[in-house]
Amino acid sequence: MASIITRVKQKHITQLIEKEKRLDGRDLTDYREMKIEQGIIERAEGSARVLLGKTEVVVGTKIEMGEPFPDTPNEGVLTVNAELTPIASPAFEAGPPDEVSIELARIVDRGIRESKAIDTGKLVIEQGKKVFVAFVDIYVLNHDGNLIDASALAAMSALLNTKMSNYEVKEGEIKIKPGYEPLPIKKHPITVTMAKIGNRLVVDPTFEEEQVMDARISFAIDEDHNICAIQKGGSGYFEPNQVLEAAKMAKEKAKELRKKLNW
Amino acid sequence: MNDKPEKLIDKKGLRLDGRKADELRPVKLEVGVIPNADGSAYIEHGKNKILAAVYGPREVHPKHLALQDRTVIKCRYHMAPFSVQERKSPAPSRREIELSKVIRESLEPAVFMEYYPRTMVDVFIEVLQADGGTRCASITAAALALADSGIPMRDLVVACAAGKVEDTIALDLMDTEDKLGSADVPVALMPNLNAVTLLQMDGILSHEEFETAVNMALEGCKKIYTMQKEALKTKYVNVSEEIKEEAEE
Amino acid sequence: MPIFLEKRQLVTPGDLIAEGEYIAGENTFTEGNRIFAARVGIVEYETKRVDVVALKAFYIPRPGDIVIGTITEVGFNGWTVDINSPYIALLRASDVLSRPFKPQKDDLPQVLDAGDLIVAKITSYNRTHDPQLTVAEPGLGKITRGQIIKITPTKIPRVIGRKGSMISMIKQETGCNIILGLNGVVLITGKTLEDEQLATKALLKIEQESHTSGLTDRITQMLKEEKTRKEENKNE
Repeated sequence: MASIITRVKQKHITQLIEKEKRLDGRDLTDYREMKIEQGIIERAEGSARVLLGKTEVVVGTKIEMGEPFPDTPNEGVLTVNAELTPIASPAFEAGPPDEVSIELARIVDRGIRESKAIDTGKLVIEQGKKVFVAFVDIYVLNHDGNLIDASALAAMSALLNTKMSNYEVKEGEIKIKPGYEPLPIKKHPITVTMAKIGNRLVVDPTFEEEQVMDARISFAIDEDHNICAIQKGGSGYFEPNQVLEAAKMAKEKAKELRKKLNW
Repeated sequence: MNDKPEKLIDKKGLRLDGRKADELRPVKLEVGVIPNADGSAYIEHGKNKILAAVYGPREVHPKHLALQDRTVIKCRYHMAPFSVQERKSPAPSRREIELSKVIRESLEPAVFMEYYPRTMVDVFIEVLQADGGTRCASITAAALALADSGIPMRDLVVACAAGKVEDTIALDLMDTEDKLGSADVPVALMPNLNAVTLLQMDGILSHEEFETAVNMALEGCKKIYTMQKEALKTKYVNVSEEIKEEAEE
Repeated sequence: MPIFLEKRQLVTPGDLIAEGEYIAGENTFTEGNRIFAARVGIVEYETKRVDVVALKAFYIPRPGDIVIGTITEVGFNGWTVDINSPYIALLRASDVLSRPFKPQKDDLPQVLDAGDLIVAKITSYNRTHDPQLTVAEPGLGKITRGQIIKITPTKIPRVIGRKGSMISMIKQETGCNIILGLNGVVLITGKTLEDEQLATKALLKIEQESHTSGLTDRITQMLKEEKTRKEENKNE
């Protein structure tokens, strides 16, 4: 019940946005207040907690040893999973991952994978046989909109925080040595999501703005300003020129965030 | 069996299958192929072979999923185990679940959902053979199946992808090009309304490359749209022709 | 201010039909002052009004319509009826029994059971509730014999023809009684199985060729030819 937004409020939000104003006073292109903490879960090899407005996402990484994929015998493995825990919203139910959490995980995965953020070539222990597998698990703890950007930020922050054990291979056996190495990171993709409300593009939508939006679009951008992932979502549409406008906006915002985060 | 080809684009600018960079693979469309379904269509796009069937609008099961003010559209994109090189397990993979969602979201803007409250429309997509670009071909077929079922629509939805192969932006990547290339951008369009209803990308593209790829994909969409409309009319045109022939006898 | 297409031209959803001061009719939608087709069909226009005669559509109940349906479930105070529509219809026990319903005394399956066919009239329907039926009028009730065929509901007017000319002609040539449910379900009762099959053939041909012209003549000709052939076979 709490997650249904009244028609009156929907209209209110849409009308405000036509006048380029938002309920929380932000400009259409502003991000909410962002807070990132790393290393909050000691048991995990890496972790981070992101607060984006009231949206809260925690990501923990675990590094294990495993087999490489058959078509990439010289690369480590990245696997991303997302949980929309029932804690986070009256709209979430316990159970196996549904299409929303699967899509979220795959968008975050795409940004990291396609930008080649992790130097997977350096994760090989024994070519074709043993590699490091990086598990990135996204836990949404409070849903107030824009889970994509919050999760992507948390995932990247957690990866930057991740340490792998030192090891040596002696007589075909892998022995853990003391000491740690940071996970080899080459690129720092940043994902920017915009919602289309009326005819305007709104950056970092809140939960209520997401209830009102026609559609959303997300761009993952690396430090060379290349686009490495795009995902349109929602049951509405964008005009082709709006797509290009959104891409430009994403580039701008990614630049801003990158400066702020020092990535 | 899995030899990597030397070059994806040769000196004359031709691709592995002889196409130029901006050439579409051949497309074949047929409407009304599954008698039991309310609407259906079959597409062959390059080596892709995909069936789409629509059941509905009909009662919602389970009842609590019904919406009081509009119809609920459900979509299932599924690949047959024999559709790909290495047998794929029949259980829905995470990729199929994501694609089911984005395909549904690409079709919803075309359907007048408010006309039939408390009903459900099921869109089933079965990929019988896959060779790159299955989500685009699926959308093209599913939109035809929806139109064939008699559900009122604002427009057909048509989809096509463009990507980057070696250093060239190319239209309609096939599987090898997708795997070995550096980017793929699938796009779905409602041409009359100039509305993009699906847009994804994986790979790396500069801004300019992205713009080129999107525009190329949109052109591809418009070409396929013409074929879609023909396919819908074919059944009726054929009957008219037959009658004309009979009369002349 | 133009209409962009000719009469009887085939259109598909999204095709622009007209722009300007026209009235948007059946199976169309508007954006601003432009009228588009919403379904596959043929364009028709009379002075100011533009319609698309849909070649395939499903039946949405309208109060007052006569429909033919199948009982699917016997509930505790009535029956659910499949009327070939996205919406399931309800027939209350009190309507059939023409008096208040007594659960202890009245055995509903004895009156109408799952699988029975009925001719009924829609009494009420709107967006918030399922359609209600009645059989408490002359000509309505349980069907005991005949053939049932389904054709797409938008073709029923074509089967009726101008001032009923088509349907009367078919009834006459085949000697069958034909009840046309506006929901696309048709009941044919004839003296012999062959007569019923002949009428069925005519109706299915109309469904297939409804978008063409000269249909009435072709159907009449087909029926006459079939009858002559039957006579010849008999005389051999």
